[in-house]
Amino acid sequence: MSGNSDPLTPRAKLAVTAGKAVAAASRAAGRGSGSVIGGRVALKLDPDLLARLAQNLDVTLVSATNGKTTTTRLIAEALGAAGPVVSNALGANMPAGITSALAGSSDARYGVIEVDEKYLAGVARDTDPKCIALLNLSRDQLDRAAETRMLAENWREGLAGSKAVIVANADDPLVVWAASSSPNVIWVAAGQMWKDDAWSCPSCGGVMQRPGDDWFCGECGFRRPTPSWALSGDHVLDPHGSAWPIHLQLPGRANKANAASSAAVAAVFGVPPQVALERMWRVQAVAGRYDIVQFQQRDLRLLLAKNPAGWLETFSLIDPPPTPVILSVNARSADGTDTSWLWDVDYTRLSGHPICVIGDRKLDLAVRLEVANQNFQVCENLDQAVQMSPPGRIEVIANYTAFQDLRRRVGN
Amino acid sequence: MSDNQLRVVWIYPDLLSTYGDQGNVLVVERRARQRRLDVARLDVRSDQPIPTSGDIYLIGGGEDRPQRLAAERLRRDGGLHRAVENGAIVFSVCAGYQILGHEFINDLGQREPGLGLLDVVSVRGEGARCVGDVLADIDPRLGLPPLTGFENHQGVTHLGPTARPLAQVKLGNGNGTGDGTEGAYNDTVFGTYMHGPVLARNPLIADLLLKLALDVNALPPTDDHWYEALRNERITAAQQPA
Repeated sequence: MSGNSDPLTPRAKLAVTAGKAVAAASRAAGRGSGSVIGGRVALKLDPDLLARLAQNLDVTLVSATNGKTTTTRLIAEALGAAGPVVSNALGANMPAGITSALAGSSDARYGVIEVDEKYLAGVARDTDPKCIALLNLSRDQLDRAAETRMLAENWREGLAGSKAVIVANADDPLVVWAASSSPNVIWVAAGQMWKDDAWSCPSCGGVMQRPGDDWFCGECGFRRPTPSWALSGDHVLDPHGSAWPIHLQLPGRANKANAASSAAVAAVFGVPPQVALERMWRVQAVAGRYDIVQFQQRDLRLLLAKNPAGWLETFSLIDPPPTPVILSVNARSADGTDTSWLWDVDYTRLSGHPICVIGDRKLDLAVRLEVANQNFQVCENLDQAVQMSPPGRIEVIANYTAFQDLRRRVGN
Repeated sequence: MSDNQLRVVWIYPDLLSTYGDQGNVLVVERRARQRRLDVARLDVRSDQPIPTSGDIYLIGGGEDRPQRLAAERLRRDGGLHRAVENGAIVFSVCAGYQILGHEFINDLGQREPGLGLLDVVSVRGEGARCVGDVLADIDPRLGLPPLTGFENHQGVTHLGPTARPLAQVKLGNGNGTGDGTEGAYNDTVFGTYMHGPVLARNPLIADLLLKLALDVNALPPTDDHWYEALRNERITAAQQPA
């Protein structure tokens, strides 16, 4: 009975412990949760640590441009019905953060891991996942990220021949193209409001035809696969055609889509949709997203939207006019330093809402709203914007670091 | 301009609308409407013919593969040449700018013929990708205030004898040729590497396009308060060390 029952070699064990020590030091120094730095140290001591930590887990990977943190939470909640789950719930989604999260639990049976789009192929190789959920791909941080179709190609190459069951969104042509190199795909009709990154066939470059909810390339025949799961209004349709009601505390169509994909993943592990969907009700705010906070005796709902596709989905879930709206945009390196993407967002959808703009790049927002012929006020900070907002719950929409600034200000 | 209607053509949004350059169309439309012009915006997908009766044609930036597809389809179509012969204004950005030249390097690493509407040739830069805020002085002939924009390109564009540089960079790279030139123009055809989008950062360039299309020397004034505030902020930011 020597080392065989223990999956961690002495070197790997040391790496886990060293990582934890560094994480604790980082937390004590007030530098955040410490999960990323801890993982980085551990991976340096043992580069195979991620693979070793994952080897006795049933791993699910979740990747997308939008919704991966929330979906990871939904799947983790659903799989909790089948056994203990470890997950990188804080959204640290690159190899170091993932390693750190997995090192935090030794008795889990399931690992549910959010993965940054750029790292999916590598993490899939290291963790030998049973299931991979692919939700959507769209333009994001173009000043530093790979081109969107290149990402799809990177997925396609990385997933070719994967033994994992791929749960993929049939309504996103880039996702379908990426997933269809794989032999075992479960297609989910999860919908996608944003279509402007897939007018050109990812396979042959032909112009995509998109009648209604369908899509196909007129030139090479690449087309929408027949889904076995679907989001239909407030229900998930399973492969037998049964409709299961979605009960979420999280708002919006996009989260219903995330629930549909999560139910399909849960079924891969034998958790029936009814059980999975009931458990998803427990998920409230995810890393502050959708949280309703009190600030200056007002209710604020915090909404994260990082790119045009995210803003489009967010506009569809906010309360109708005359609900006041505060918009905050930064362009620090974690956001992407080019603000041109604001012009791919249709701000005429905010007509009728009183709008205040804040953030490092509030003047970009001001010009954008001026050209969209919207009324708005430019404010110095959140405090002033809240004071300027007429009565009612305020919808606060912010991109990545602007969202972190908001959470800090409201003490969330 | 015919029928008292200004026709603004947005070329190939399915291929060349990846970097927010659609904003250029929105700014031209908005500033034309503020001058009480009747504006018709035509979005032309790459499986549709380019109309030859437009007044202002706008082309944006895109990724490498869509750029090649756009060049193939525009060459085959031929409509943009006829529009320019009819006196139309063309304003192009980044990948679109390269397409208007004689040739560029495509996603397969090969020399791809462009439309030859601008006397420029683009190659792939050997150095680091040019990314960041740019500040430049626009050709004094055009009588415009400094150019501010955001560049994000690997390409280097060399100007031939009949293309004039649109601007001289003070900060940033522009055409990437090392001589400080940025963009190019010839008559009514313009090209630039600037995003931002460039007409939102430089609304007087949008007005120049309108004046050329209307063949007038002046336009009624607009309230440019927020544009000015943004310009001042970005010009200051470009001058800060990164």
